[in-house]
Amino acid sequence: MTLTVRAEGLVKRFGTTKALDGVHLAAPAGSILGVLGPNGAGKTTSVRILATLLQPDGGHATVAGHDVLRDPVGVRGKIGLTGQYASVDEELTGTENLVLIGRLLEMTRSSAKSRAKELLERFGLSDAANRAIKTYSGGMRRRLDLAASLVGRPEVLYLDEPTTGLDPRSRNQVWDMVGALTSEGVTVLLTTQYLEEADQLADRISVIDHGRVVAEGRADELKRHSGGQTLQVRLSDPDDVTATETILRELTGQAPTANHETGLLTTPAEDPVLMSALVRGLDEAGITADELSLRLPSLDEAFLSITGKPATAGDSAREGEAEDDAA
Amino acid sequence: MSTPTVERAERTDPRPHGAPRRVGPMRTMRHGLTLAGRSVRKIRKSPEGLLDVTLQPILFLAMFVYLLGGAIAGDTGEYLQRTLPGVMAMNMVFGSLGTGMQLNNDITKGVFDRFRSLPVARSAPLIGAVLGDVVRYVVSIAVLLIVATLMGFRIETNVVSAAAAIVLVIGFALCVCWISVMLGMLVKSQQALPGVAMSFMFPLTMGSNVFAPTETMPGWLQAWVSVNPVSKLADTARGLMIGGPVAGPLSATLVWMVALVVVFFPLALWAYRSRV
Repeated sequence: MTLTVRAEGLVKRFGTTKALDGVHLAAPAGSILGVLGPNGAGKTTSVRILATLLQPDGGHATVAGHDVLRDPVGVRGKIGLTGQYASVDEELTGTENLVLIGRLLEMTRSSAKSRAKELLERFGLSDAANRAIKTYSGGMRRRLDLAASLVGRPEVLYLDEPTTGLDPRSRNQVWDMVGALTSEGVTVLLTTQYLEEADQLADRISVIDHGRVVAEGRADELKRHSGGQTLQVRLSDPDDVTATETILRELTGQAPTANHETGLLTTPAEDPVLMSALVRGLDEAGITADELSLRLPSLDEAFLSITGKPATAGDSAREGEAEDDAA
Repeated sequence: MSTPTVERAERTDPRPHGAPRRVGPMRTMRHGLTLAGRSVRKIRKSPEGLLDVTLQPILFLAMFVYLLGGAIAGDTGEYLQRTLPGVMAMNMVFGSLGTGMQLNNDITKGVFDRFRSLPVARSAPLIGAVLGDVVRYVVSIAVLLIVATLMGFRIETNVVSAAAAIVLVIGFALCVCWISVMLGMLVKSQQALPGVAMSFMFPLTMGSNVFAPTETMPGWLQAWVSVNPVSKLADTARGLMIGGPVAGPLSATLVWMVALVVVFFPLALWAYRSRV
């Protein structure tokens, strides 16, 4: 298995703050690596180093066979970058922006134009091709950013929080486009604060917090890592909740979480046999259930158990940092 | 920047794709021209962006000629002849603010990061911005000359000398703009730039012999005005357009141009590197 993106022990300081404290990342060719973490965890700093926009203070990294420090120009020839920064010119049209990038990539005028046309079509922007970017909606803008990073047919694509601030429909469009890219063999490094996004798109996920990778694996591995499965029952009649609670307590030896209004009960289920035992118990008591399921914990729950704090970005993350500093 | 010895030591490393380690000067220039094309395209889209270098000098010229020209020179026609070359020179200093504004905007909006993630020389965006501004300066000078001609200005030398004056003035603009580029990198927001830039633009433009003869000023001011590069450039442009000594002020202007580049180009580059 060849690693298209390999970062080892990346360290980056900004003044006295250590933004990265030995980050290891590895993305096999043609895969999507999700880098998941709250604001300020070091996701963007990692991407900027891997895109040669920033030099690390320690560690090393290779991208598509080129060392980011020794051969930054070689790296830049292989990558595409879409993100919170790496923007396009708002006063130029979609076509003009893409042609400009094509020309900077040494394409002839006509091939730059046809590449621009092709990408605008693919991203559903043909109608807006000759409009200035400042007239684009947020979703269109993000699609054009994505198109701009693909002009040079990169081997590696960095997507730095590609759906932050998008409405659900635009977000789904971006997700579909990212999914389609890997079928063309592009290696994608995706940073996100959204567990759902990492879960949906990434083949492997690196959870990053305080400039360190705190967990790494496939989504299901991370979920399992944070504990066993959860059994969930939704009763047809919420009045049966008390009776069901008794049945579950007898089976598991602990009180389930129960909601008397919705008729929903959940309980940790270390033993897979619990499911069939519960079915028999409910049957004997004459209780009917609308839904009976055994599921892995959500990535949210996994994140909580890995980092010791919820995955909500921003303030809560900073509060967490402050607490750590005080400790 | 790495030293040649480091470069050689690294050459043993495998380079699987044979990609260039550095972008060569030819490619850098080509990329610079491509990016200058972007600036020109933006001028064509919103020509109102040219008002600062077209309307402003005309207002200055009209105000000084008609309001004060009679008082200063006794005759507005004569004052116009003397002042126009100076306004041309002064305008290049004010015009350089646009370069700094544009670059600051590109950096804060993230456009530069896009360019820098491409296999393009780091200096190409800077070169592009500065070359793109040459177009602004040419338009600015053309408009100013047309209006001045309508006001009664006449070239008293010949077309070749006048053309040389225009080339020199634009060359000066390309040297003085590095101050704006540097400030554009250093200030946090675009809005802060004009205020900061005024601190160097005002002494350069107003503290010159553009609008009044140096001899009429107090001694301490004469000391500055007589060495001010804008005075020197204005003297040269006067000599080339309406006659008078050229060699003396020209050599002083050229010394200033070299000095501005030697000092501010590295500073601008340093500010650029530390910002992006």
